[in-house]
Amino acid sequence: MSKRVGVEVSIACADAVGLCDVDVVAAYPITPQTHIVEHLSELVAEGHLDAEFVPVESEHSAMSACIGSAAAGARTFTSTSSQGYALMSEICYIASSLRLPMVMAVANRAISAPISIWNDHADLMFARDVGWIQLIGEYGQEVVDLIPIAFRIGEDKRVLLPVQVNLDGFTLSHVIEPIIMPEKAEIQKFLPPYKPQLRLDPENPVTMGPVGMPEVYTEARKAQDEALNNSKAVIQEVFDEFGKQFGRQYKLVETYKTEDAETIIFSMGSISQTAMSAVDHMRSQGKKVGVVRLRVFRPFPAKELFDAIKGAKNLVILDRVTAFNGGEISAPVALEIKSVLFDRKHHPKVGNFLVGLGGRDVTVQNFEEMVEKVAAAKDGELGPYQFINVRE
Amino acid sequence: MLEIRFHGRGGQGTVVATILLAKALFEAGYFVQSFPLFGVERRGAPVEAYLRLDRSKILLRTNVYEPDHVVVLDRTLLHGIDVTRGLKAGGWILINASLPPGQLELFKGFRLALVDATRIALAHGLGTRTHPIVNTAMVGAFARMLGMPHMQAVAQAIFQEAPAKPEENLQAAQDAFSEVRLLGLVD
Repeated sequence: MSKRVGVEVSIACADAVGLCDVDVVAAYPITPQTHIVEHLSELVAEGHLDAEFVPVESEHSAMSACIGSAAAGARTFTSTSSQGYALMSEICYIASSLRLPMVMAVANRAISAPISIWNDHADLMFARDVGWIQLIGEYGQEVVDLIPIAFRIGEDKRVLLPVQVNLDGFTLSHVIEPIIMPEKAEIQKFLPPYKPQLRLDPENPVTMGPVGMPEVYTEARKAQDEALNNSKAVIQEVFDEFGKQFGRQYKLVETYKTEDAETIIFSMGSISQTAMSAVDHMRSQGKKVGVVRLRVFRPFPAKELFDAIKGAKNLVILDRVTAFNGGEISAPVALEIKSVLFDRKHHPKVGNFLVGLGGRDVTVQNFEEMVEKVAAAKDGELGPYQFINVRE
Repeated sequence: MLEIRFHGRGGQGTVVATILLAKALFEAGYFVQSFPLFGVERRGAPVEAYLRLDRSKILLRTNVYEPDHVVVLDRTLLHGIDVTRGLKAGGWILINASLPPGQLELFKGFRLALVDATRIALAHGLGTRTHPIVNTAMVGAFARMLGMPHMQAVAQAIFQEAPAKPEENLQAAQDAFSEVRLLGLVD
């Protein structure tokens, strides 16, 4: 039977990785790292988890070791954050291009300078284009559930891609909260042993990662692009399987009180929970407000997102990253949503707000302020994006 | 929902105090959330940590601005930090001190509780005279002040979480539970 525990989300995440029978964990254990790999090293050292723990000298090496491990056919896990992700990123592209399934938990944190170890989505955003599947957990239970889900998606032979599980740094990774931990037998039923399609094997040699001359590079890229595009259907299928077995159903796009909403707040990650509190408060005053969140950022579920937001007159779109784009276009999340709207000739009033940077708290009052701003704005007044809760 | 703010100094076990209470209250059937005011921890520097508890799922993911109660692990913080900031009227302030702090008017409208957690901690060999580890004593006093969590749940949490000396930590919690002085409303 599953057990309900009160536990730090990072520790629970590591325990969930343990339940997935991973073979190799390679990680750099120093800031910006979380308790995720610290606890995994404990699990291995104390004999609770039969895996190789490779404490490497940098994130660049961590991902390199993960690629070697995944190429040899081992179930592989790592974790990082912010600057660590940045250092790792060169190799992350190779993991996805070599179509190597592995799972990485990213405790989302701001990128320096100024030096910051606090939460925002700068790392999640710059990792948009590395070709990984990006899943997002909003609270501890979701992080725990998304770990086996991520392995199952990535290892599906219709997908064969590395998968990131994003969780907000500190506001999720360091918080203690109630979580239902599945039993190992339940996870084993959901996640069968990994059977690699191709692996490095001296008896049956293959080449991985050769030079791609101009004659083949585009074809290789198109094939990889299609793999990510086609993963969307598999992701929902795996969510459904998980829901059937564990009773917790996930969707590509999650909605809260959106049926009759005139204003929809769009957010990702743990602050969506605060957004729901704000919606409850505004609803008690008769305001028709709802929240839409992405569970999956890559592949971007445009159709499902549009269905969720098309009824609203006003959209409040949060970006938790600085845009650095010249200021005449929106920040990344709003840009992507605007492109969804443009393709469907749909023109609600859109306010794009940069919030929660480098650990700045986003409160219920902040959400109410953003909703009011968009509702009160006349055409063209909102601009491409704006900061809120900032000292001038 | 109850929101509680903890003030201490790095090294006193402030964050662990909230973890112990969160785990004990969780065992008692509450939904809990505990987290530090995320900073770069340094020994001796003022730290804050928070605890939320409710009978239903907690959605809020913000810092605590208007706590129902406040716990102060180090009375020297009273000089530099406004520990009553945002505290709701009638809320408890539990202070690690043997005598009431000099300026009682600072606490007007709040309920005051005192426990000499430093003496209790040292009596059980927890920490050193200059760096007493007072968190488990404060947790025991807290349990008495609010009538929860039950000391059995506190004991269970201590045995799960204490990195060393679980028996001594439990005894410190029990002593503080008996010794805490609930002075009540300051007016």
